[in-house]
Amino acid sequence: MTPRVIHEPRAEPHPAVTANLHVAAGNWAARHDRVRANTDWEALRERGREIRDDAIANLPELIDALEARVTEAGGRVHRAGTAAEACAQVVAICRERGATRAVKAKSMLTEEIGLNDALAAAGVDAVETDLGEYIVQALGDRPSHLLAPAVHLSAGQVAELFERESGRPFDPEDTQALVAYARGVLRERFLAAEVGITGVNLAVAETGTLILVESEGNIRLSTGLPRVHVAVMGIEKVVRDWAGAAHLMQLLPLAAHGVPAPASLSLVTGPARDGDDGPEELHVVLVDDGRSALRGTEYESALHCIRCGACLYACPVYRQIGGHAYGSTYSGPIGAVLTPALEQGAQGSDELPWLSSLCGACAETCPVKIPLDDQLVSLRADGARRHPRRAEAALFSAWARLWSRPGGYRATAATAGKALGPLWGRLARAATGDGWDARAPFPFSRWTDGRDVRAPDPEPFHARWRRRRG
Amino acid sequence: MRVQLFVTCLVDLLQPSVGERTVALLERLGCEVAFPPGQTCCGQPAANSGYPADARRVAERFLDTFGPTEGPIVAPFGSCVHMVRHAYPRLFADDPERAALAAALGERTFDLPAFVVRELGRADVGGRYPGEGETPVAYHHECHMLRGLGSAEPPLSLLGGVEGCRIVETEKADLCCGFGGTFALKLPDVSVAMADEKLDRARAAGAEAIVSTDVGCLMHLEGRARRRGLDLRVHHLVDLLEPDGRL
Repeated sequence: MTPRVIHEPRAEPHPAVTANLHVAAGNWAARHDRVRANTDWEALRERGREIRDDAIANLPELIDALEARVTEAGGRVHRAGTAAEACAQVVAICRERGATRAVKAKSMLTEEIGLNDALAAAGVDAVETDLGEYIVQALGDRPSHLLAPAVHLSAGQVAELFERESGRPFDPEDTQALVAYARGVLRERFLAAEVGITGVNLAVAETGTLILVESEGNIRLSTGLPRVHVAVMGIEKVVRDWAGAAHLMQLLPLAAHGVPAPASLSLVTGPARDGDDGPEELHVVLVDDGRSALRGTEYESALHCIRCGACLYACPVYRQIGGHAYGSTYSGPIGAVLTPALEQGAQGSDELPWLSSLCGACAETCPVKIPLDDQLVSLRADGARRHPRRAEAALFSAWARLWSRPGGYRATAATAGKALGPLWGRLARAATGDGWDARAPFPFSRWTDGRDVRAPDPEPFHARWRRRRG
Repeated sequence: MRVQLFVTCLVDLLQPSVGERTVALLERLGCEVAFPPGQTCCGQPAANSGYPADARRVAERFLDTFGPTEGPIVAPFGSCVHMVRHAYPRLFADDPERAALAAALGERTFDLPAFVVRELGRADVGGRYPGEGETPVAYHHECHMLRGLGSAEPPLSLLGGVEGCRIVETEKADLCCGFGGTFALKLPDVSVAMADEKLDRARAAGAEAIVSTDVGCLMHLEGRARRRGLDLRVHHLVDLLEPDGRL
């Protein structure tokens, strides 16, 4: 069991969330169109794919190199096979130093492994310092987007929260005041923190450098102010060299926000040297938690993901249901692939690949060209094997038997057109008489609950062709 | 040129007139149209639902039907062409003989607009939208044709040649309409919400009709528009390419 899956997916339109999301996704799409128009986007993507492919294909070698370089630079590397091991290692680092106050910079991996709960249980008060993440943490909520954790919330909801916290009124229109309040609260926490816990966007094997990307400055404070910096990273975040890292650091902000460079980059190579500002200790926790098992499988390329969030905004289903509907740390198309692949279908995750119309927008958008739509299709087959749906399987088997033979197909067509036609008409209680029905028998009632349906044509094309040209 | 018509199951069973108009168009453009009677379906419903073995049985029927034929195979439905071109090689990955046949067939299987524009070199085949004046129409890109086959321009080119209508730009014209085959039955509420977004954007752009090439998308959008009582017509592209403008 891992905390990666929070609940079973609940796919239903979520108008309140959708209203917020459509604005965010619309802004993203406009910027993304400009990126496509103004860069050699396809070439950038292909190079990105090559770099990530090299990293994952040579993962054990690169991880060893990374560990050696981090250690040489004075850092300590901890390897965690599971989420529980990773949490235990971070908790132990805090305990051994008597630390009870930590600041956290946004990290989906620490969400994935349930680190906040583990820290709380160990008596470590860990506060999220990314503004969106601070808001969802204070609300007892979860992030609903990889990069924009509070994208499902409105400014009004944030103002309400801050009013409850501070006892003074906030105007939802005055975002500057909201930000200023959070900054004031967080500044105290930064100054008091004994440990800073961050994720990692990329780790460069050739120099042991951790790259952290941000737009708010909270990462710089989390990695700079506390005495101890703990960086928790998935093993897949490694890249071979600086040439590759530099390219990905261009690709990530382009895909995520449509801008050619991140607002701020922190490059961390070991702890502070003598006399420098910065943490005395650097700990790098390398988390596997199912990732190695994907290497060599059809889902290996899901490890190429650089967590840009583009496939979420591009996905028409995510736009309607929001991130929480997935019930998984990772939402959107990449979550619908990564979670069942990592969980091997456990905890209801085999339902996730169904949260897609297979329109292909995700794969088209992905800056490292992960074939997400193909993987969603394959995961549906894995799911059908792992959790058989007998009636559906029997239906498709019967269908294949009939439609793999011309006679069987034509018999179905004739049935649909002639026999089922009138039958359908009788069952359809509100037949309109113009070739459309408002009601249809189950399972087609799932269609007609919200839409009219075409009645099967009494004379299919095959029959028409035979009659006229036969 | 001799052309093999792959009419596709949804056109065959739900909108056979689209098949007839495809034949009429191809013949008007000088093609001799053959219709191999053994054809059924490309197998996509099973493939996308997690039943690749069932999909293979039906896909083998496609290979058996069209394997012995020659010349281009043309379908008035991009999604099925995408299935043949893109999914068959994966479906038959462990069967080199059939994989090779599938690859060869994929190379000569075309969606109708791409075939007309790119293979026959006809960017404009005329056509007449009925009614007075210039009816504003929105074009809905079929996802698998747009992204899977890279056929964004050919349908727009053909639609641009139709008299009596003008294409209006809609926001997010490349967004999926929510049909998605079995998706429409699996997640009906989400599917309908996606249709509403599509329909609302078309109306916001001032469109009085939506045109596409996927009879599944069309049935989904028209069925939803009817249920909402919207004054919005829905057409398959080929319906507009008739020279005499009868729908």
